[in-house]
Amino acid sequence: MNQKYLIPLTAVFLLFLIAYTGVEGAGLQWFFGIVFPYVAIIAFLAGFVYKVLGWASSAVPFRIPTTCGQQKSLPWIKQNTIDNPDTSTGVFVRMILEIFLFRSLFRNTKAAFNRNVSNRLSYSWEIFLWIGALAFHYSFLVVVLRHFRFFTSPVPSCITMLEYIDGIVQLGLPGIFLSGVVLLAAALFLLARRIFDTKVTYISQAADYFPLFLIIGIAATGLAMRYFTKVDIIGIKTLTMGLATFSPTIPEGVGGLFYAHLFLVSILFAYFPASKLMHMGGIFLSPTRNMANNTRAKRHVNPWNYDVKTHTYEEYEDHFREKMIEAGLPVDKPLDKKE
Amino acid sequence: MSDEIKPDELLDKIDYGPRSGSGPESESDNWMDTTASVQIRPGMYCYAAKAESVETLSLPNARPWNPLEDDWKLPDNWQEILHQGIKERLEKFRTFKVFMDICVRCGACADKCHFFLGTGDPKNMPVLRAELLRSVYRNDFTTAGKILQKIPGGQKLNGARPLTLDVLKEWWYYFFQCTECRRCSVFCPYGIDTAEITIMGRELLNLIGLNIDWIATPVSNCFQTGNHLGIQPHAFKDMLDFFVEDIEDVTGVDCTPQINKKGADILFITPSGDVFADPGTYTCEGYMILFKYLKDKYGLDVTWSTYASEGGNFGFFTSHETMKRLNAKMYAEAKRLGVKWIMGGECGHMWRVINQYMDTMNGPADFLEEPVNPITGTKFENAKSTKMVHITEFTADLIKHGKLELDKSRNGNRIMTFHDSCNPARGMGLLDEPRYIIENCCDEFYEMPPNTIRELTFCCGSGAGLNAGENIELRMAGGLPRANAVKYVHEKFGVNTLGTICAIDRAALPTLCEYWVPEVEVYGIHELVGNALIMPGEKKRTEDLRFEPLPGVEAEEEEDE
Repeated sequence: MNQKYLIPLTAVFLLFLIAYTGVEGAGLQWFFGIVFPYVAIIAFLAGFVYKVLGWASSAVPFRIPTTCGQQKSLPWIKQNTIDNPDTSTGVFVRMILEIFLFRSLFRNTKAAFNRNVSNRLSYSWEIFLWIGALAFHYSFLVVVLRHFRFFTSPVPSCITMLEYIDGIVQLGLPGIFLSGVVLLAAALFLLARRIFDTKVTYISQAADYFPLFLIIGIAATGLAMRYFTKVDIIGIKTLTMGLATFSPTIPEGVGGLFYAHLFLVSILFAYFPASKLMHMGGIFLSPTRNMANNTRAKRHVNPWNYDVKTHTYEEYEDHFREKMIEAGLPVDKPLDKKE
Repeated sequence: MSDEIKPDELLDKIDYGPRSGSGPESESDNWMDTTASVQIRPGMYCYAAKAESVETLSLPNARPWNPLEDDWKLPDNWQEILHQGIKERLEKFRTFKVFMDICVRCGACADKCHFFLGTGDPKNMPVLRAELLRSVYRNDFTTAGKILQKIPGGQKLNGARPLTLDVLKEWWYYFFQCTECRRCSVFCPYGIDTAEITIMGRELLNLIGLNIDWIATPVSNCFQTGNHLGIQPHAFKDMLDFFVEDIEDVTGVDCTPQINKKGADILFITPSGDVFADPGTYTCEGYMILFKYLKDKYGLDVTWSTYASEGGNFGFFTSHETMKRLNAKMYAEAKRLGVKWIMGGECGHMWRVINQYMDTMNGPADFLEEPVNPITGTKFENAKSTKMVHITEFTADLIKHGKLELDKSRNGNRIMTFHDSCNPARGMGLLDEPRYIIENCCDEFYEMPPNTIRELTFCCGSGAGLNAGENIELRMAGGLPRANAVKYVHEKFGVNTLGTICAIDRAALPTLCEYWVPEVEVYGIHELVGNALIMPGEKKRTEDLRFEPLPGVEAEEEEDE
């Protein structure tokens, strides 16, 4: 067994137990229901802003996009305006496709080497990481948006509409929300990849397993509350609305499972800015994707550009003048008579 | 070299499952535990920079040292220097800072690197190459890292480690096993560019004098004599004169170039490798034939320079500052000679520097004119600020306007494929211009498989200063994916010629082809142009620029008999 995932797994279990027993045993509803969620949200917002401002404060000295298609060149050569944009419109489209459709990941291939007569290296399209990633992120987004029903009163119609679409597959009672199930399945897929693909196992850190286990824990507790155990939904909404309106109260009759769920969510928020999850903000700031490939047409200025010592032509000619004259090369200054 | 590893031995080593490999790796789950076991292995590393080469540019810690010895003769405070160096670069380069923070280790890049594909060494997975640096970043520059290192086991949990001598040696070994080709960055969902990480890594290593000689000596030469190979001005002229004789033998036309001529229309700069060694020399002859043709037909005045006699820039593989110091010559010389604009020859990293750095570093080039092709009237809109045009853009424009008389049949025995060089492909997007020229100079042209060309092209395995002799195993392994695709079209279509627009390629690919696909020759694109171009007053050509009989010539002679 591998401690890189055993420790995060244990950590998530412990976090669950801390909240569950803290509420059921020690009656610490006020801490897990009010204090910690607020602390987590503050940590999230402050951390996120701090991190993004930190990136933004670093200079962008050079325009170095990764070009993935034909450049803008002669008028009769067809430019790839998206993968090698020279305008901000092109960059915008490229970024939209990256952010919403994970375009680069879509290109993913899998290499194989056949040690036989042909000794051929082959590359096949590998779509599963892209599908898994899209399923994971979009289901997570829908789940997050659906939860706004707990923080708004009356619930906006767009949230109701989203719930309607999410529950379009009518199975059982209460009706299944696709997003929650897909989220759990996608997170398990991403986890399985880390455990069973030897290359990915090799590169994975505890910091890769922890958020996955955390999200699996969140999804599992959420699903359990909705489909398997009875929770006091009115009580929960009283609590969440109290948080949203800054007049927090602890309602009676809400069980430890809910507080455990809320605690894991709070942990996720607090952990977010200090972790790789910040790729959510970073993707917008990646200079290889968000810049146009037009440095030859439009000068880019480096804010910290400084003068350097070069070897000037004068120094060069001084060094080689005699040889240059002998070879019949033109020189700027005639040979010094004294020498 | 007789002790060179055989192709079959090299292929036997390839295994993409990291844990199934032998050695201490398999005993630990954590790659960081294996640091101490990193062995700098002959065949995989380049010799250390010579002290005198480091001194030329007054770069730090010039001294003789040997990577195989325990003592690298570092300054006492090397950790502090690197710490400060990282700190400074995090502020100066948003790329660096963002790329240190946002990798999710999804593994999409893992099997995209030619060095990983050729060696199976898991530390050649791009993500891991970056993690070598990130692990130290996490330890020393993040809040979480600073807290966790106080808790027992916390460091390991965080994937963090202090900057020890073993870590440093691992950096050195693996940052000089990356050719900055950017193929991995094409696949990264956040655009994390390992080239950028390697550039930072090497820049840091240079702060304490840890360069390789195959970079440091060319840099030193380029700074003083104007080119990487240290060709002095009179020798440079001699070499071009030598080509003049050869061209005259083949074509009957005197193509004597103009050198250091003030008031010429265009300054032409190409890598010195084109002047120095086959088969680049034939490409160089191609340029000379083209310029002679344009001079005679249209009165275009092109000059070469001995001061700016290097298109390439090994400073790029040293540090941003060194890159700037070498690159400055191009504009300085254009200004001194009073030309209208600059044209650049076929080279890879040279064009990444020109396209993405030159104007920013050494511009604005307001003493030059916005480049216009005086023969066709075409404005090179894409180069209006940098004022430097790629020769394939220029030649493609001439061909499109019917300004060149080309006899394709002279390249009739060339069954072509085209290798996109990494830097023009992924740092510029110059893809269709050379193809258009090939199609107008040759009849038979076959593309390699789609996953190995254009923006997905594979590196020659010897770029970014790694084209030395002592690291031949690394080069042949790294070049395997490229050679494998060449072999595929060789077997399928009978391809016998690999076209390229990079001087490093012209130096590296012949060795690579000889190793993996011996029947394929390497050609620069302007060698094809030089063969096909019908010059005013030329004699009946019977040989190509390599003094090989032209297709059909032998048969005709037999008929005469």
